[in-house]
Amino acid sequence: MISNEPRLDQRLDRRAAIRILLENRGDLLVVTGLGSTTWDAASVADDERNFYLWGAMGAAAMVGLGLAIARPDRRVLVVTGDGEMLMGLGSLATIGVQCPPNLAIAVFDNGHYGETGMQASHTAETVDLIGVAQACGFSETFDITDELGVRDFSARIRGTATTIFARIAISAEEPPRVLPPRDGVLLKNRFRRAIGADT
Amino acid sequence: MGDPAAMNVLDWRDQIFAALKQAEIRQVGYVPDAGHARLIELSQADPAMRAVPLTSEEEGVALLAGAWLGGQRGTLLMQSSGVGNCINMLSMTKTCRFPLTMLVTMRGEWAEFNPWQVPMGSRTQAALELCDVLVYRVDRAEDAAETVAAALDIAFNGDLATAVLLSQRLLGAKRWVK
Repeated sequence: MISNEPRLDQRLDRRAAIRILLENRGDLLVVTGLGSTTWDAASVADDERNFYLWGAMGAAAMVGLGLAIARPDRRVLVVTGDGEMLMGLGSLATIGVQCPPNLAIAVFDNGHYGETGMQASHTAETVDLIGVAQACGFSETFDITDELGVRDFSARIRGTATTIFARIAISAEEPPRVLPPRDGVLLKNRFRRAIGADT
Repeated sequence: MGDPAAMNVLDWRDQIFAALKQAEIRQVGYVPDAGHARLIELSQADPAMRAVPLTSEEEGVALLAGAWLGGQRGTLLMQSSGVGNCINMLSMTKTCRFPLTMLVTMRGEWAEFNPWQVPMGSRTQAALELCDVLVYRVDRAEDAAETVAAALDIAFNGDLATAVLLSQRLLGAKRWVK
C-alpha cells in the first residue's frame, strides 16, 4: 500500500496518466466521474465520445456498465476518482456479476476529496480498492504506481476478455481546471450522434 | 384480480412483460421484490434482454443512462422503498433528459403489516414528483399493461422520466403468517 507514505508527492501526475490512457484512443468510449477526472479528460481534448459526469456522484461505473452492455462492439473506459468510486462501491459488486468483456474501470486514487478541500478519503485509511474489486469478482486487476503500469493497462483495455479494474495511485496535487461543456442534454446528444446511437 | 387461468387471459404481469417487449426494452435493472418476481424471471429468460441485479436502486438509474447513451432502451424494477435511494441520481436523468421508466411495487399502503415500510411507501409518489418524474398509478390488473406502455411511450418519445406505481392492493399484501 502506498497511502499514508511521505512519498505521496512522488506519485504519478494525474494529467500524465490521463494522457497515456487517452492518447491514440481510437474508438474508445469514455465516461468520467464527478470532479477532477472530468477536468483531466477535458485537458487531453474535448471529445464527443466523452460523457462527463458533472454530478450524480457514484454513477460513473454504472453508466459505463450500461454503455458497455449496449455496445459490445466498442471498448468503454470509465475514469473516476477514489471518492466517486467509494460512493458507488456497490456498483463494483453489480459489475463483478456482469463483467462485460469490453469494459475497463480506472480509479485515480489520491486518497483525498480534491474538490472539497482535500479531506482524506477512506483509501488513505483502511480501504484497498483493488481488494474490493477482486472480492467482487474482477479477475484482472492492476495496482498501478508508475507510467509503465498505466501504459500496460492502457494496452490491456484494447485486448481483454473480461472487465478490468485499475487503481492508479496519483499525487494529491490539483492541476489547473479544464472545464468541458456542462450542458447535460448537449453531452448526451452529441455522444449518441458520434456513435450512431441516435437513429 | 381472479384466477388468470380461469379467465383465459394472460396474467397482468405477463402483459406488462409484453409491453416491455413491444417497446424494445433490452436492459432490465432490478432489486428483487416479490411483486416483480415474474417480470424478473421473464427478463432473465429472454435472450434479447439483459437482466442486471443491482445492490441499490440508484445504480439502475445510472445503468439506464449508459444504456441510452449506447442506443439501448431499458427499464428499472424496484420496490417503493428503493425510490428513496434514487433521489440524487435522478438529477442526472433530469439534467440530461434521459428517458426513464421505473416500475415500482408499492409497500406501506394497503393492509401493510410492517410499519417500517410506511414512511417511504406513503411518500413515494410525492418524492418522485418532487424530482419531476411523471407518476402513473395502477390499482386494477386490467390497467397494468396499458399504463406501462403509456409510460414507456412518453418516456422514450419525450426524453422524460416516468414511474408506474403498482399498488399494494393490486399485488396483494405480503403474508407474514402462513
